Amino acid sequence: MTIDSSTFSVVSSGEFEHPDTIENQAFGFWLYIMSDLVLFATIFAAYAVLGHNYAGGPTGKDLFHLPYTFGETMLLLFSSATYGMSMLAMNNNRKDLVLRWLFITFLLGLGFLAMEISEFHHMILDGNGPERSGFLSAFFTLVGTHGSHVAFGLIWMAVMMGQTIAKGLSAPVQSRLIRLSIFWHFLDIVWVGVFTIVYLMGVM
Amino acid sequence: MDRTPIDSAGAGKGSFKSYAIGFTLSIVLTVIAFLLVMQGGGLPRLAISFGIFGAAILQMLVHLHYFLHLDTSSTARWNMLALLITLLIMILFVGLTLWIMSDLNYRMM
Amino acid sequence: MFGKLSLSAIPYHEPIVMGAVIGSILLAMVILVLITYYQKWTILWKEWLTSVDHKRIGIMYIILSLVMMLRGLADAVMMRSHQALSAGMSHGFLTPDHFSQVFSAHGTIMIIFVAMPFLVGLMNLVVPPQIGSRDVAFPYLNSVSLWLTVAGAMLVMVSLGVGEFSKAGWSGYAPLTELKYSPGTGVDYWIWAFQIAGIGSLVTSINFLVTILKMRAPGMTLMRMPIFIWTVLCTAVLMVLSFPVLTVALSMLTLDRYLGMHFFTNTLGGNMMMYVNLFWIWGHPEVYIVVLPAFGIFSEVVATFSGKPLFGYTSMVFATMAIMVLSFSVWLHHFFTMGASPNVNIFFGITTMIIAVPTGVKVFNWLFTMYRGRIRFTTPMFWTLGFIITFTIGGMAGVLLASPPADYVLHNSLFLIAHFHSMLISGALFGYFAGYSYWFPKATGFTLNEKWGKRAFWSWLIGFYLAFIPLYVLGFMGMPRRMAHYDILAWQPYLIIAAGGLAVILIGVLCQMIQLVVSIKERHIARDLTGDPWDGRTLEWAMASPPAIYNFAATPEVHGIDAFADMKEKGIAYVKPDRYQDIHMPKNTAAGFVNGVLSFIFGFAMVWYIWWLAGISALGMLVTVIIRSTDDNTDFAVPAAEVERIENLRYRELANAVAMPRLTGDQAMP
Repeated sequence: MTIDSSTFSVVSSGEFEHPDTIENQAFGFWLYIMSDLVLFATIFAAYAVLGHNYAGGPTGKDLFHLPYTFGETMLLLFSSATYGMSMLAMNNNRKDLVLRWLFITFLLGLGFLAMEISEFHHMILDGNGPERSGFLSAFFTLVGTHGSHVAFGLIWMAVMMGQTIAKGLSAPVQSRLIRLSIFWHFLDIVWVGVFTIVYLMGVM
Repeated sequence: MDRTPIDSAGAGKGSFKSYAIGFTLSIVLTVIAFLLVMQGGGLPRLAISFGIFGAAILQMLVHLHYFLHLDTSSTARWNMLALLITLLIMILFVGLTLWIMSDLNYRMM
Repeated sequence: MFGKLSLSAIPYHEPIVMGAVIGSILLAMVILVLITYYQKWTILWKEWLTSVDHKRIGIMYIILSLVMMLRGLADAVMMRSHQALSAGMSHGFLTPDHFSQVFSAHGTIMIIFVAMPFLVGLMNLVVPPQIGSRDVAFPYLNSVSLWLTVAGAMLVMVSLGVGEFSKAGWSGYAPLTELKYSPGTGVDYWIWAFQIAGIGSLVTSINFLVTILKMRAPGMTLMRMPIFIWTVLCTAVLMVLSFPVLTVALSMLTLDRYLGMHFFTNTLGGNMMMYVNLFWIWGHPEVYIVVLPAFGIFSEVVATFSGKPLFGYTSMVFATMAIMVLSFSVWLHHFFTMGASPNVNIFFGITTMIIAVPTGVKVFNWLFTMYRGRIRFTTPMFWTLGFIITFTIGGMAGVLLASPPADYVLHNSLFLIAHFHSMLISGALFGYFAGYSYWFPKATGFTLNEKWGKRAFWSWLIGFYLAFIPLYVLGFMGMPRRMAHYDILAWQPYLIIAAGGLAVILIGVLCQMIQLVVSIKERHIARDLTGDPWDGRTLEWAMASPPAIYNFAATPEVHGIDAFADMKEKGIAYVKPDRYQDIHMPKNTAAGFVNGVLSFIFGFAMVWYIWWLAGISALGMLVTVIIRSTDDNTDFAVPAAEVERIENLRYRELANAVAMPRLTGDQAMP
């Protein structure tokens, strides 16, 4: 049997998604999360350094509304729980439940983002945008970086809902859902730091 | 698929119980933190700070264990090591930065 | 429509710049014409630009590095010749503005676009085979990293002809880099080139961490890995933890410049000193990132050409890890003079002195490896010997600088410049050159010409001393760095000698270019038939030269350190497996290349404030990533029969080679 060396057989990678590959992908993603932790730590450090540079402008006490922040926190925390439900459904191979819980998570995350954008919007309209002072630059950047990560997570979640519908819970799809899960929970961990250091400390 | 990818993802498998406990603990810790600041006006400032930082660290650990299934099992060992090294470096960077910048602030500004 | 971009961005009125631009364009056109004439576009696209093969990606990284080295050296030539002339009444031939761009470009290019690609290229070529693996963990991401790095380099190149480059040095201190003091496009080019290349580096580090930790051949425990792998592992840890800090520092500067924020401004609550702090939190690990792989290369070279195992394997591993950990705790020594109190300064001074110790351990281990070895003086060994002597001298200068009081006198003087060039050139660059000579036959199938290699080495070594010893002296005499003009005429003779030294280095570069041409012409004579031209000790030498796409037909089993030497001693080095299996390899993809092009467009658009273009290219990158993720056909199988055919060819060549007298290192000498 002659084999033309230029046309090797193309096989769907679904068959060859070894458990090794999935483990490597999850570990690689975990390492990316480690780098993201350092990223956030650096922004937190800058926030600590600039945190009192009000330049005659407003302070945290003037700007933050803790009940509002509590609402945002609940939305994000609930979304972590609902993503967890999605993963349990994935373990049980329930594509329909995976989609349902992903969708709920998406809505909760979107709600969080909407509240955050609204908060930023009002501050900017009042003349308290990031260009007002060092403190505000640090605030908008720290909270905004977290928010952009959430936004990317939501885009990813939408793509995953599409892929789940189109391909079902194939091995690559499951591998991606695992990584998104790591990402989403990690974002909630960072938020714990944000609401503690920025909002709770800022108001005291 | 006999073997779910989660088993091989290097992290333990979740269960409803784990998420439920984690979620409940997180709610409690969040409420405690917010209450300390919103209602704890009588307490000394340092106590409130310790309280909310303590609650924050605890809640992060809760998330790491109950949501991200991080434990000392062998499948998660490299993940744990990576996290510990990263935390060490973060403490070094942030701690030394705060020391340096406050020192500079005192002398230069 | 085109933001700030207009035809006036082209520096018509600067003849030197226009000469360089026209020269570069002509050279590019010659290359394009040659590719067309020899009808290589299809091969170029199918087998190189879209390749996810770590071997091809490694070669492309090294090509990028060597090309950018010529650009960086051109900047060096301009600086040295200008400074040799601009004393007293004379003002040289460069305006101060131009001179500032030259030294800024020189540093940026040499660190980010010469050193980083060179080391990543060697990592790519060598790491998977040395651990007995077929590829890196994430071949597609490998391609993404390469093209992001190329995009960053292209931004720097384009800045020559369209707009200007940064005048604020390679370190870009605020507030000089703030919009108020640098309103032009220069700093923006610098920012985006750095950022885009930085993302590439971060992704690479994750790739190699997973590869080394998870994809080693059976039996290769951590303490049986080659030392080069250990240094790459530690380098990757340094990269993954330090590059995010750079990303943040540059992003905050970007936010200041583009959105009027106040991170590092000198008004409204900014803190300029924080930029310096954040930059060097990255900047110090960066120099260890650049030098640790070179140390690994030296370890491999010394062991191979001394004919014995590396002395003190365990202490080497711990020394490498100690350097890795300590390098996160010394960064303030880059700004002792910024005004911190003695307590702060001495803390970092002490850590800086401590970090010299593990490097000393390594030097002794290399020396003890050579002691009582059967040394073969090949080109890689020459680079190693030149390194050991020169690096030690430069390192001692470093220990001197580690003392804050001494640094107060010498900071930002030419003494500092001489010190770090001693480290970077004799440490990093000689290491990469040694690795280049050492692994060239593995990558291409033929050895490099030894005669020209040694000529290159001697020129570089002598040229280096001529170029930089005068700078140590000038530092003591009080001459600061980055001076476009000076009035102390006593400095001039030293600068003339330094310029002469650079001329000798350029002869070395010429020798390397001749070496390449001669080697290619003589490649049939210098063919590496066995895959093991140096009697190597590690697994990459078990493969054919050049290797099959899958590296190893059967994954090797490892039983000790120096796995290949071990196999040769036991006579099991070239055992044919009973049967061959299908081997699954990743398919090539255009996604990495497309992403790179889009990132270049994005960077360019951001520099010139062409917001719609920036938006579209960013969206394009997102779409490319999403499309790639929906692709399920990313593998292909090399059928077992094809593997057998390739391997049989290999065994036939091996048999022929044994029948012929083999060119050992000695016989390869003139």
